[in-house]
Amino acid sequence: MDPLLELKDINYAYHSLNGETHALSNISFQVNDGEFIAIVGPSGCGKSTLLSLICGLLSPESGTILLRGRDMKDSHTEIGYMLQKDHLFEWRSIYSNIMLGLEIQKKVTPEAKEHVEKMIYTYELSKFRDSKPSQLSGGMRQRAALIRTLALDPDLLLLDEPFSALDYQTRLTVCDDIASIIKKEHKTAILVTHDLSEAISVADRVLVLSSRPASIKTIVPIKIDIPVRTPMKSRNAPEFKEYFNRLWKELNKNA
Amino acid sequence: MPEPSLNQEKYLQSLKRHKQFVTTARLLLLVVFFVLWEIAVRLHWIDGFIFSSPTRIVSTFISMLADHSIFVHIGTTLTETLVSFILVVFLGITISVILWLSPKLSQILEPYLVVLNSLPKSALAPLLIVWLGANIKTIIIAGISVAIFGTIINLYTEFQEVSHEKIKLIYTLRGTKKDVLLKVILPSTVPVIISIMKVNIGLCLVGVIIGAGVN
Repeated sequence: MDPLLELKDINYAYHSLNGETHALSNISFQVNDGEFIAIVGPSGCGKSTLLSLICGLLSPESGTILLRGRDMKDSHTEIGYMLQKDHLFEWRSIYSNIMLGLEIQKKVTPEAKEHVEKMIYTYELSKFRDSKPSQLSGGMRQRAALIRTLALDPDLLLLDEPFSALDYQTRLTVCDDIASIIKKEHKTAILVTHDLSEAISVADRVLVLSSRPASIKTIVPIKIDIPVRTPMKSRNAPEFKEYFNRLWKELNKNA
Repeated sequence: MPEPSLNQEKYLQSLKRHKQFVTTARLLLLVVFFVLWEIAVRLHWIDGFIFSSPTRIVSTFISMLADHSIFVHIGTTLTETLVSFILVVFLGITISVILWLSPKLSQILEPYLVVLNSLPKSALAPLLIVWLGANIKTIIIAGISVAIFGTIINLYTEFQEVSHEKIKLIYTLRGTKKDVLLKVILPSTVPVIISIMKVNIGLCLVGVIIGAGVN
């Protein structure tokens, strides 16, 4: 079977009056079903641009992006995108925020509703179903935003530093939380982050980007040998430090 | 509840005295104003034909009340204000949405909107009467002209200030420009729309009175 996602020689540049900014240069990689990929790189290197390209919000200047071997336009692969902030709308209740994507795609079916109800129950938001977003803590808001993305049943999840707006303590818990939800729903995910520990703790493979124009420096497979792997437990594993040092060296090599 | 201390009671007393003083002074100022007005007219300091006087206003009001003509006039002014207000709301939102939909159009029209908004609308009223005749249509148009341009400029600016990330969210959920408008732009500007409308009802009344005055 074709890989879920395949990028071949992607190039991208931003144009403005002041000139051209080359953001991505010859990016190629594959993502297989069920994998959790983390992309790390110096800030401003074009990590978010890469996600916008995969999601189809931007088109590459050259190169191809294939979803299950097909071009984006005629692929049936559903992609979910989680932004840095939750962007829950204050004028909607949590439930109606979660339904936003289904509403837009006109997919509010009884089955979809049931799926949403189940997730709201499982991920402990039942109590806040009719609350306004401002009544929820940062972690719960991020969870609601994830359910909004998952409601559309995406095959591939793109996470654009979804924890960076949270304080450190909440960040660790929410990261654990979100990672376990993604595992439980059997989703494939690509996480963009500038936090090396976060990348190692959740990912099966870590992709290291160079500074702008970003190219792939190396791809490091992460194998942490513990029975049930969660981000929190991974952080305590003996291999964690080795991976951290290795990635740290990669990132700072001739930087 | 515990008994309030002596100092607390003193404080409350002084607060009460302060409030009473403000209210009395306000009423006194009003009375002094009317009395001075009446005296000024009686002693021919100012011309009663131009400035009228409190007693004349009251007697006209009573005679208009007696022949019921006051209700007709109030009714006309209210209708004219309401019609122009509703038209301003409708036109203002529609035109702002069109400008938002087409950035090219809004860039072309922007300087003209600013010029039209700063135009003294009361100067337009005589022109409108010569053009459209002295009728209710003219007055309503005068009412609209006072409020419409400011409404468009304010609303359009507000539309543009909606966070780009929120708009991006709609696109990541595979929404279209229509979804951006209906799910983000309009709902997030509702409070602003309401506050603009509060200002507009007053502006429409001003416009209607300018129109009626010139008539």
